[in-house]
Amino acid sequence: MTTTSALYDSLVKIVGKDFVSDQKEERYFYARDGGLMPPHEPDFVVMPKTTEEVQEIVKLANREKVPIVPKGAGLALTGLVIPQLGGIVLDMNRMDRILEVNEKAGYVVVEGGTTHGALKSYLQKHHPNLRHSIPDSPPIATIVANAVIHGQGRLSQQHGFNSDMVSSLEVVLPTGELCRIGSCSVSSYWFSKGPPLPDLSGLFLGWFGTTGIITKLGLKLYPCKKMRDVMLFLTDKAELVPDIMLRLSHTEMVEDVVVSAQPLPLRFRGTFWIMAYITGDSDEELEFKRKMVWDALWEYFESRDVGLLSTSPEMKAPLMSMPSKDLTRFADVSKGGGFQYAGPITPIEKFPAFIRKLEEVATKYNVFYASTARLIDAGHCMMFSFSFSFNRANSDEMARAKKALDECSKFALEEGGVLWKADIYEQRLLMDKMDPNTLVLMKKIKQLLDPNGIMNPGNWEVK
Amino acid sequence: MPLPELKFDRTKCAECQATSCLVKCQYMDFKDKDKAKKEWQKVINSEDSSVLEACTTCYACEEYCPFGNHPFYMIVERQEEKGILPAPRPIVTMWINQCQPVGRFMVGKVEERALSYCFLPHFNTLVKGKLFDGIAWSVIFGQEFFCNAVYLHYAKASVIKDRLPKIVENIKNQGIKELVCLHDECYGTFTSLTSAYGIDTPFKPIHYYEYLYGRLKELKDLIKPLNIKAAYQRNCSARLCPETDHYVDDIFGLLGVERVKREYDRENALCCAEVLRMARGPVLADDVQKRNIDDMVRFGAEYCVFNCPACWDSLAHKVAKQGIKPIHMIDLCKLAIGEEQALRLPELVAEV
Repeated sequence: MTTTSALYDSLVKIVGKDFVSDQKEERYFYARDGGLMPPHEPDFVVMPKTTEEVQEIVKLANREKVPIVPKGAGLALTGLVIPQLGGIVLDMNRMDRILEVNEKAGYVVVEGGTTHGALKSYLQKHHPNLRHSIPDSPPIATIVANAVIHGQGRLSQQHGFNSDMVSSLEVVLPTGELCRIGSCSVSSYWFSKGPPLPDLSGLFLGWFGTTGIITKLGLKLYPCKKMRDVMLFLTDKAELVPDIMLRLSHTEMVEDVVVSAQPLPLRFRGTFWIMAYITGDSDEELEFKRKMVWDALWEYFESRDVGLLSTSPEMKAPLMSMPSKDLTRFADVSKGGGFQYAGPITPIEKFPAFIRKLEEVATKYNVFYASTARLIDAGHCMMFSFSFSFNRANSDEMARAKKALDECSKFALEEGGVLWKADIYEQRLLMDKMDPNTLVLMKKIKQLLDPNGIMNPGNWEVK
Repeated sequence: MPLPELKFDRTKCAECQATSCLVKCQYMDFKDKDKAKKEWQKVINSEDSSVLEACTTCYACEEYCPFGNHPFYMIVERQEEKGILPAPRPIVTMWINQCQPVGRFMVGKVEERALSYCFLPHFNTLVKGKLFDGIAWSVIFGQEFFCNAVYLHYAKASVIKDRLPKIVENIKNQGIKELVCLHDECYGTFTSLTSAYGIDTPFKPIHYYEYLYGRLKELKDLIKPLNIKAAYQRNCSARLCPETDHYVDDIFGLLGVERVKREYDRENALCCAEVLRMARGPVLADDVQKRNIDDMVRFGAEYCVFNCPACWDSLAHKVAKQGIKPIHMIDLCKLAIGEEQALRLPELVAEV
């Protein structure tokens, strides 16, 4: 095996000395994320600029059997980019170019480290009639990482998971070969990640970087209407929320549906806040959509179970911001910057049970909670977040938050939900419950693609 | 401690021939005085009455009653008694929770004369410049000083009766002798509501119109007549203190502003209708807002002058779409003395 020093030299040879580090500061920083998973330091941090450099690094790692963990902004909060066995963290942030926008076919091609914030700004400036599905994470979240964890965004109610909006991929396989997935494998257009070909994108999306490194990604773009508004409905009956969400979705007028619940500030206590976002190119279009939304909920309005909250501009501004800044505010509500959530993907009928569990667990472990549920793909499922904030300087509070999260994850799984961007503990829970033949298939795929087991080890490891 | 009770004189209603409270109502059809009188008796007698369901909580009957007998407060009492919800239950819950005193004061350097921002952040923007020289720092704001009159919209007189005495006490404990109420709902509360419920008010409430009028007279050398035609947007709580309406004319007179003589002003004013939207849905609210704004246009208003920040929130962008400039009364005064409008048009429909 090559010595650490020789590996360092090899990496320097590939990317230059300014973009490799084995120093304590970088190793400390890249050992952790904002969540509750224990840190583990990498041996090296490398920042490639080109696909060729990624290939060279992967070939080196594969040859030397050194673990390699591709990293975007590290915002999953579930430790997915913590290098469990050390090795190389491949920080993709220098690969941040927006390579192509095809207005007619409605897609953009970006490099593996391009952020959602950069794409949003770029589209606003150069293609104001187009937009993409922005997740409610900070704008430094990368498009690729968000797709790899099956993130959701502002267009998920209409168009599904953000990964459903991927329209082609370029991937460096764990053995270093460069591989194109989808229409771009036979054409110069990046309009489809699969159909009409065998859809191979599933070999990489959802695998948390354990099967390859995405160096380019095509992403579908959608019409950007001139105006956008939010209608804020409140109910105090959790059992009505699934039907309300469904009714809103079935208007086929609503861009995004989000439900939030939290005990503080006081105005939130005792009610569920349902935000229905609508867009239009004219006042008439917006007004028509408002009417459709009202009609959908009129029965509940008449029974006095659901009300519309008129909102001042001050109230509306944070609701309209993309990404939402509320999440960031909640993340520091306990002061000390700790925040994590379990966000199972689940049928929307589970909302009442999940809310009850969240309140029960928060009381049991004395932790501050909040929940945000986002409708996905016209009501086929939702993401329901069991969110807890904690002070990172308070180890007892962190331990209680972790127990609360683990209990919520187990509960969600028992109730038929599927854990989203599962941490290593949750991945084990999922695999324990998974169909054995599915597990065998996953193992075969993983072994086929990554024979030396170098890619983000610890994640999706089938025993 | 027992909650204060509404001081209501049945004999005044018995002797009343006009039943203006219902006959003049803009949302109920009681042209027949006899029918109105009978229906009102049902309300007083705690019988089921269509009035309790039909009331939009516009406050106007408080102004219509020539005896100051508080017909609206009576309706609210009866609605609550019978569990009638003028607005959906979760909206009421939200309001009750949002404005609940939490024991944390937010005050400036409070002196014997102070400004009340109520619970409205708009005044952080509005209170600037020469109009507020010598008092701008003497401010109270937040739940602990919130007048609570809003619960009249939600059939929750009990919340007012429970919280208002403590609010009055909180203000008194700040050493305030004169309270300039920048939201006239506060002024209405500390004059009309406290009086109706026999709650002692150990400070002098001053309507901010009276304050502005006084300051403008002091600053009269700075005033350059605006020479504009303005529609005045009267708000619901102005019905609790109709005696202050003359200040609108007085101030407009000083500023060279013509108050357009339109259909929906003074006693016949239409409210901003956002409460109607929450209570009744969009149809009535849209209709009221359209009639109101069309009326402003028809009578040639160049500006719409707002008293209440909540009206501003709900109507400012809508009047602007009709080519009328929205402006708060405080900002109007500032314009006349050469200062800038501070409260600007809200960006309600945001960029994508």
